Amino acid sequence: MSITAASGQLDSAAAQASQPGGAAGFGRLMAAEWTKLRSVRSTVWTLLLFVIITIGLTALLSWLTVSNWTGPRAAPRDARVAADPIGFIFGAGIGLGQLTICVLGVLLITTEYSTGVIRASLLAVPKRYPMLAAKIAVFGLLMLVLSELVAFGSFFVGSAILHSRVVVSLSGPGVLRATLGAGFYLTVLGILALAVGAIVRHTAAGISIVIGIVLVLPILAGLLPSNWGAHINAYLPQQAGSLVYAVHQSSGQLLTAWEGFGVFCIWAVLLLAVATYLLNRRDA
Amino acid sequence: MIEVTDLSKRFGDKVAVDHLSFTVEPGRVTGFLGPNGAGKSTTMRLILGLDHPSGGSATINSRKYAELASPLRTVGALLEAKSVHNGRSARNHLLFLAQTQGIPASRVDEMLDMVGLRDVARKRAGGFSLGMGQRLGVASALLGDPQVLLLDEPVNGLDPEGVLWIRNLMKYLASQGKTVLVSSHLMNEMAVTADHLVVIGRGKLIVSAATEDVIARGSGQTVRVRTPEPGRLTDLIVTEGGKAIPAENGNGGAEAPGGQAPVLTVTGLAAPRIGELAASASIVLHELTPQLATLEDAFLELTSGSLEFGHASAQPAGQSIEENVR
Ligand SMILES: Nc1ncnc2c1ncn2[C@@H]1O[C@H](COP(=O)(O)OP(=O)(O)OP(=O)(O)O)[C@@H](O)[C@H]1O
Ligand SMILES: [Mg+2]
Repeated sequence: MSITAASGQLDSAAAQASQPGGAAGFGRLMAAEWTKLRSVRSTVWTLLLFVIITIGLTALLSWLTVSNWTGPRAAPRDARVAADPIGFIFGAGIGLGQLTICVLGVLLITTEYSTGVIRASLLAVPKRYPMLAAKIAVFGLLMLVLSELVAFGSFFVGSAILHSRVVVSLSGPGVLRATLGAGFYLTVLGILALAVGAIVRHTAAGISIVIGIVLVLPILAGLLPSNWGAHINAYLPQQAGSLVYAVHQSSGQLLTAWEGFGVFCIWAVLLLAVATYLLNRRDA
Repeated sequence: MIEVTDLSKRFGDKVAVDHLSFTVEPGRVTGFLGPNGAGKSTTMRLILGLDHPSGGSATINSRKYAELASPLRTVGALLEAKSVHNGRSARNHLLFLAQTQGIPASRVDEMLDMVGLRDVARKRAGGFSLGMGQRLGVASALLGDPQVLLLDEPVNGLDPEGVLWIRNLMKYLASQGKTVLVSSHLMNEMAVTADHLVVIGRGKLIVSAATEDVIARGSGQTVRVRTPEPGRLTDLIVTEGGKAIPAENGNGGAEAPGGQAPVLTVTGLAAPRIGELAASASIVLHELTPQLATLEDAFLELTSGSLEFGHASAQPAGQSIEENVR
């Protein structure tokens, strides 16, 4: 085996790519995170599943609704769809599709711990937080593109199928904002899930907590006494975040769409801060 | 150069590394030895900034690992625990590491060739054998052509050819002026590979010295004597200031099965003197063989007081060494 071939050949390369200064260094870390992300098959499949489930389910439910329109029992449901077609289009598809994002965000970091790759990652980036930052940047950008694709895809597929019964257009009041907002919501949800994964470092626990935040917490908060319970409810991550993809304001709504989204972002940032602090402090 | 200064690490109540200080000089292979649980892997993780010390510090070329500008170009590490994603190919694993340091992708392929993984470079690492995984680990350690290498049991799982390859590789790298710290449990392997040894037990330093000096610290030469009259010979040896103990094959005092005379292991007297004593008392000798001290002897003696996980049926130091004597 040629050992001599091993050394000494990197010198020229080392000279070219001297110190990883600021932006260039972060670009390298992002390239590395992109390689990590695309080189695991399950990640790629989960992303595909997200797109297919969300758009597919929107299409299926819209079609079922339209083909059973004004059936004997369907009148109240038809009225609801007619009153809030955006709520209907985004309700089911995103409601389920968001779960794949919860899982993916958690897995992206917990698999580093379960497989031990985290040690290789941190040997390469011993300051640690830039690695997490690059991961979030790469995943966030990818999620933004895919989520907007899914949001607009759902909107066009859903509205086209509903067209014979209800007409919605992007130019309707709040519709464009809600569609863009659906993509933003899913993106931030992915980052929030990643932060939770980084905090707990175990796949099952991470997924349970994120799903709990998205599905269970709103139900629990709904059981609180109505007066102040409503205030807590409004500021919970999922409750606040989902306002940005709703067109209809409910009567007692405490936050506007963008305020709600802001609260959701603050939750994500807080969790990221905790994750960063723990990443730097704990033994790998 | 690696400098470890008063380094300590506690896990709860457990003290894994206890005020440990030593230096690893460039230009030679330094073996890092100690019984199971002595704290070798923990020390390496502390040097690499993966674990945070409870006290003291470790530096590489006078800087903490976390402060290195381009860590993989300065330090290459092979850890004890696996650090590859089963679902990722060997090439993509090395590629992402290379990208973090701005190392060109051509270097990745070069390393895959060098460790002999070219044909499986695009296969999932989950399907790799123990030895293939170890080769991938070596490739990632050498990826940045680092000045300093820390290898935690690198020959673990390698076939004889692989062991020889690692040995030559470490010697070559040291001859190039690199700093090489390598832990191992294979004493014979260390004796021929390492120029210097750092031996620890229960997290504390036992000795840091040249390999020959460590071997010499063992009780030194022993002589194997086979005689039909072990009792009389033992008395003679003891009066001369030596020590004779029945060899551990169980037939020290009695007539051995198959007509073989019993064996004594003698320390403190040289073979010629034992021969003279036997001749003067007309004791018949069937065998008189000087035994060279081995690193394994010295290691067992040095660490006998600091075994983390001793065996229930404690065996006397020096058992089964005959096979290792050259
Ligand atoms: N993360 C941890 N949490 C708790 N205890 C630990 C941890 N890592 C190591 N230890 C303990 O610290 C001690 C030293 O372990 P270490 O793995 O460093 O030993 P070692 O010298 O590498 O042993 P071996 O030869 O078996 O590889 C052991 O008693 C081990 O149980
Ligand atoms: Mg170990």
